[in-house]
Amino acid sequence: MNLTFRVWRQRGPEDAGGFVRYPVEGLSPEMTLLETLDRLNETLVAHGEPPLAFDSDCREGICGACGIVVDGRPHGPLPRTTTCLVPLRAFRDGATVTLEPFRTGVFPVLRDLVVDRGALDRVMQAGGYVSVRAGSAPEANTLPVARGAVERALDAATCIGCGACVAACPNGSAALFVGAKVSHLARLPQGQPERARRGRALVTAADREGFGACSSHGECEAVCPAGIGLDTIAQMNRDYLASVLAS
Amino acid sequence: MTAAPLTPALDPRAPAGPLEHRWERRRDELALVGPTRRRFHTVLVIGAGLAGASAAATLSELGYRVRCLVFHDSPRRAHSVAAQGGINAAKNYQNDGDSVARLFHETLEGGDFRSRESNVYRLAELSARIVDHAVAQGVPFAREYGGHLANRSFGGTLVSRTFYARGQTGQQLLLGAYGALAKEEARGGVTVLPRREMLDLIVVDGRARGVVARDLVTGALETHLADAVVLATGGYANAYYLSTNAKASNCTAIWRAHRRGAAFANPGFVQFHPTCLPATGEGQAKTTLMSESLRNDGRLWVPLRAGDARPPRDIPEVERDYFLERRYPRFGNLVPRDLGSRAVKAMLDEGRGVGPGGKAVYLDLMDAARRLGVEVLRERYGNLFEMYQHITGDDALRGAMRIAPAAHYTMGGLWVDYDLMSNVPGLFVIGEANFSDHGANRLGASALMQGLADGYFILPSTLAGYLAGARLPAVDAGRPEAREALRAVSGRIERLLAIGGGRTAGDFHRALGRLLWDHCGLERNRAGLVKSMEEVAALRQAFWEDLALPGGAGELNQELERAGRVADFLELGELMCRDALAREESCGCHFRTEYQTEQGEAQRDDAGFAHVAAWMPGEDGRGPVRLSEPLHFESLALLERSYT
Repeated sequence: MNLTFRVWRQRGPEDAGGFVRYPVEGLSPEMTLLETLDRLNETLVAHGEPPLAFDSDCREGICGACGIVVDGRPHGPLPRTTTCLVPLRAFRDGATVTLEPFRTGVFPVLRDLVVDRGALDRVMQAGGYVSVRAGSAPEANTLPVARGAVERALDAATCIGCGACVAACPNGSAALFVGAKVSHLARLPQGQPERARRGRALVTAADREGFGACSSHGECEAVCPAGIGLDTIAQMNRDYLASVLAS
Repeated sequence: MTAAPLTPALDPRAPAGPLEHRWERRRDELALVGPTRRRFHTVLVIGAGLAGASAAATLSELGYRVRCLVFHDSPRRAHSVAAQGGINAAKNYQNDGDSVARLFHETLEGGDFRSRESNVYRLAELSARIVDHAVAQGVPFAREYGGHLANRSFGGTLVSRTFYARGQTGQQLLLGAYGALAKEEARGGVTVLPRREMLDLIVVDGRARGVVARDLVTGALETHLADAVVLATGGYANAYYLSTNAKASNCTAIWRAHRRGAAFANPGFVQFHPTCLPATGEGQAKTTLMSESLRNDGRLWVPLRAGDARPPRDIPEVERDYFLERRYPRFGNLVPRDLGSRAVKAMLDEGRGVGPGGKAVYLDLMDAARRLGVEVLRERYGNLFEMYQHITGDDALRGAMRIAPAAHYTMGGLWVDYDLMSNVPGLFVIGEANFSDHGANRLGASALMQGLADGYFILPSTLAGYLAGARLPAVDAGRPEAREALRAVSGRIERLLAIGGGRTAGDFHRALGRLLWDHCGLERNRAGLVKSMEEVAALRQAFWEDLALPGGAGELNQELERAGRVADFLELGELMCRDALAREESCGCHFRTEYQTEQGEAQRDDAGFAHVAAWMPGEDGRGPVRLSEPLHFESLALLERSYT
């Protein structure tokens, strides 16, 4: 099959950037989108042109490094699928496919499709953990945890930190990302001692980074490759409110 | 080959005495750094996977100042995140006869007696505390209905001791370690510098005192100095181009340290994982692992008749060959990975492979689906089935998965002593980057265990011993050694950019991968290894004459990053072959066709090769020098492994 990529090229954070078209021919539908970009890049490099910069690593959908806005949708056309796992059979033969970086003010473009998502790490530093020192833990089975609670915690903990939720949100909100971490720990007994502080600290940190507020559009849930649900945002709001009322 | 006439020995400095007291004894004899003195020591940690993040966080909890360099945009991306099946711990929660001694025994035997008793025992001993700590961090391990922790089995064991979080255990453990790192960053004990790649080691007065790193966004070269350097940069299975490793996983940090004098141990010991998605074509970026845990419920088979092209559901029981159950009745589908991979290869070589090109065998879950129900299987392996469907377009629960072996993990790595310090004082190496505790074959679910044992428990103790006992005068970036390293790095980058050829780094990498796969892969022999050493050398020369590399040094240039890594793989690849050639026996993953039993199993030569081979870099035109560390076995007789 043949495709034409319309790709955002931007040399650096200060560069204005713009779209460039690249026709690619002789593709097979089993190839992934990123394998196709690998191939395009090899051609560009062999001709002495700078290749298209994009982040990706595991190519299995778990590391969260990749993330391209494909035809206006973060990660691409398939539900619950990271960019790295999108096969070409998801596109029509002969189509023009538009590729852009995640666009939100909090993720500056570094080059082409590579953005800086450091803000997400800084939010986590505000309290996205249980404060326990290595060596101080009790024997693991002294704390039974209901099977259902663990499964629900894992449903939230499965967030890969890719930032697609932010890119999809008209407000540029990180509520789904924050909600996932708040919910992961709020659903487990280990997370209870710091629960009130955590909810408030993470929400405050996200505000400080410049992420927008949640107004329940639900775009984040629709694009989340890990299937994180809006219920996590409800959990975050609950914990935040409880913390504010308690103080 | 020309064997080195003298093989000076490396001293592992393991404590003496009964195995079960050695680690305790070492901890008691190690010097300590007082709590108020720790903040005057800076430690550099390179990498933030399970080993690096746990080490950096724990050192900071103790009060040391830690600077952690990662080449990803966030520590949470490290390839540990992709580990699927689980982590071993000798808890004996199943009451099925597990113990520290049994985990020790199975790990040593699984590694085909090519690892140190002292290290392996310590690993088994620490395994339980890792799970305790992870649970306290909120890692959502699977639970029984009563709320207690659940287990499953992995290859090479007769007990259930593997703890898991669906098929994403590595992700959950990494998020635990990442959380600990975030906690210490917030406290100010750790500074994480993302998008920094270590490109050289700085050695001052014989001690590791820092690294040269490149800021991958601006291209600026930086000198980072410290009292000790910890490498936690993972393995080098990407030398094969196609592997289960993430695309950016590479050998550069450990290879550059090797070039500065750190011995490289057992470089030829590479694990091929039996259950990966088969390679499809030239444009393929990598191979994808399907967790070994699937062998708890999945059965491997091929049609009895070569060329039987019927869909798997149409082939009746009597016309199937469950080859692992046939060859290894006692362990069945749960044999260790080296045996599993070779058995699969034997089926493919007999022409009984299935799927396009006959490159795969079936991993079939139908029996388990009938016995347990589909819902139970989804609960156990849900995200693996999703991944399989994403990549192949097929539903694993409607037919049978098609799987094949692929390069997965490297038991080889930088040589370290019992304290995890390399032969360069002050240079510590942890996780997959060291030559580790897995001998010639690692058991499943033991990589996470080792990375976290190193990072949470071993290194924080042994590093203190080093810092307390070493004279470490202040150094600054003006030191000649630091300036020389910086010049070396920038000179190398300039050389790469000046080649101006027409062939991409990816193309050289694929060619190297094919050579290694063909001649230094699941099976090796003398003629193939001799030939491939010459061919790798020729390929390396072609690389430095014909590399195409656009762009400059002072910008985000992913092709430059790739080229530097491939250049290092082209050096390491030759050493892998050299090591495999010099080890004239078969053991674990290292299967020399000249040395096999009548049953086609690995034939060890304990008189000649019960040792670790550690290579010193070649100098002044001389080739690398092979050192050895003899292995002593006191607790276990050296037996031929038996899984039949």
